[in-house]
Amino acid sequence: MQDTFSSLEQKVWDKLQQVTDPEITSVSLVEMGMVDGVQVDGGIATVRMIPTFVGCPALSMMESDVTKAVSELEGITEVNVIFLKNPIWTSDRITAEGRERLKEVGIAPPPLESKQEGVWEIECPYCGSPRTVLDNIFGPTACRSIFYCSTCKNPFEAIKPV
Amino acid sequence: MTKQYNTPEEAKQDQQFCGALVELMYQLADDDLIISHRGSEWLGLCPHIEEDVAFSSITQDTMGHAAMYYQMLEELGIGKADDLAHLRQTEEYKNAVLTERVNGEGDYMENPDYDWGYAIARNYTYEMFKKIRLDSLEASSYTPLADAAKKIKREQFYHLYHWGVWLSQLSDSTVEAQTRLNAAFAKTWEDVDSLFDLGPKADALVQAGLVPSGDELRTTFLNTMKEKLAGYNLVWPGEPAPVGESGRDGLHSEAFVDAITQLSEVYKLAPQANW
Repeated sequence: MQDTFSSLEQKVWDKLQQVTDPEITSVSLVEMGMVDGVQVDGGIATVRMIPTFVGCPALSMMESDVTKAVSELEGITEVNVIFLKNPIWTSDRITAEGRERLKEVGIAPPPLESKQEGVWEIECPYCGSPRTVLDNIFGPTACRSIFYCSTCKNPFEAIKPV
Repeated sequence: MTKQYNTPEEAKQDQQFCGALVELMYQLADDDLIISHRGSEWLGLCPHIEEDVAFSSITQDTMGHAAMYYQMLEELGIGKADDLAHLRQTEEYKNAVLTERVNGEGDYMENPDYDWGYAIARNYTYEMFKKIRLDSLEASSYTPLADAAKKIKREQFYHLYHWGVWLSQLSDSTVEAQTRLNAAFAKTWEDVDSLFDLGPKADALVQAGLVPSGDELRTTFLNTMKEKLAGYNLVWPGEPAPVGESGRDGLHSEAFVDAITQLSEVYKLAPQANW
């Protein structure tokens, strides 16, 4: 019995791996570090999620995307998505895979030793140069900043360290 | 040592605690709601396009903080979060009057002649106060609120930082910039005391271990600001005078009524609509 449940949970995780962040469609919610846990109980799946930014307008889209994707699984009759207040999302939660995927769409991953007070050292996602300049801490979405690469002369975005 | 309440259910079982908690939650939510609305009125009017991006992003974050607090009120069984933001009577809003003041002369739609100096001074002041209040809320007797404070602080760090950048650059530029910033802080100071007002149930809030006293917040705030303004070579506006009307007690300006009417206009057209 336990076995069946846990394998169904694994299927939910696999499914979540296919759900992407609506604002960054190359990265899955799992890779963004937004899934805290999954539980399946008698056909009812509960997905515990961690919001990146409190006012992120994409949260309700993610909720419906997750519900839709997990509902497709055989044996799942109901899906509950819960957004947690604790633990809090930090940019360190993005997985190594997620960091690579971000670069593929021209978004630099956040500095690993993210100290909000310190100077950020961000490498250009296009050419890898460390000679980059912060243009605006605030970017097109709550979680991104705008940078400029002095080497390849490309503007690019970076995930804001929080 | 005050009792710790870990869930909305636990809080709801203690009527006295819950009453105090709801009062504080309204203050937190309404401050962020109305200052966000004022921020949104700057969209397209900022000094340059990068600032439009930055200020609107700050405003979006801050509106998100308000939404989170209203959501927490919903969890306490007070009503639907969206309804709480839009459908209350004006005298039921508990924001400090500093957060509701207009951005300057004119109107968003017609001849806006807003004061950027006041935007910097008011928002720096509010964000500094907000940081100090969030620091203290981390030790709040309501655990969900302490968790929310930790989360919000990580975003809010950049808001305070942003207004600090404006201060440091302008205060080191021209005499005109310094004069206008000093005037803007003097104007902000007319309302600054409204922030430390914890409202008619102040004693209950403090006794419940939800938040430190208004005096304590005030002292921390004034000491911090004195040091910061000196660092920017700006004039210390002096000991703040008491503010006449208490926004925390539901007394608001006419400008507030206009703002909330405009803010809730669309929602009131169809409260049942799905956004």
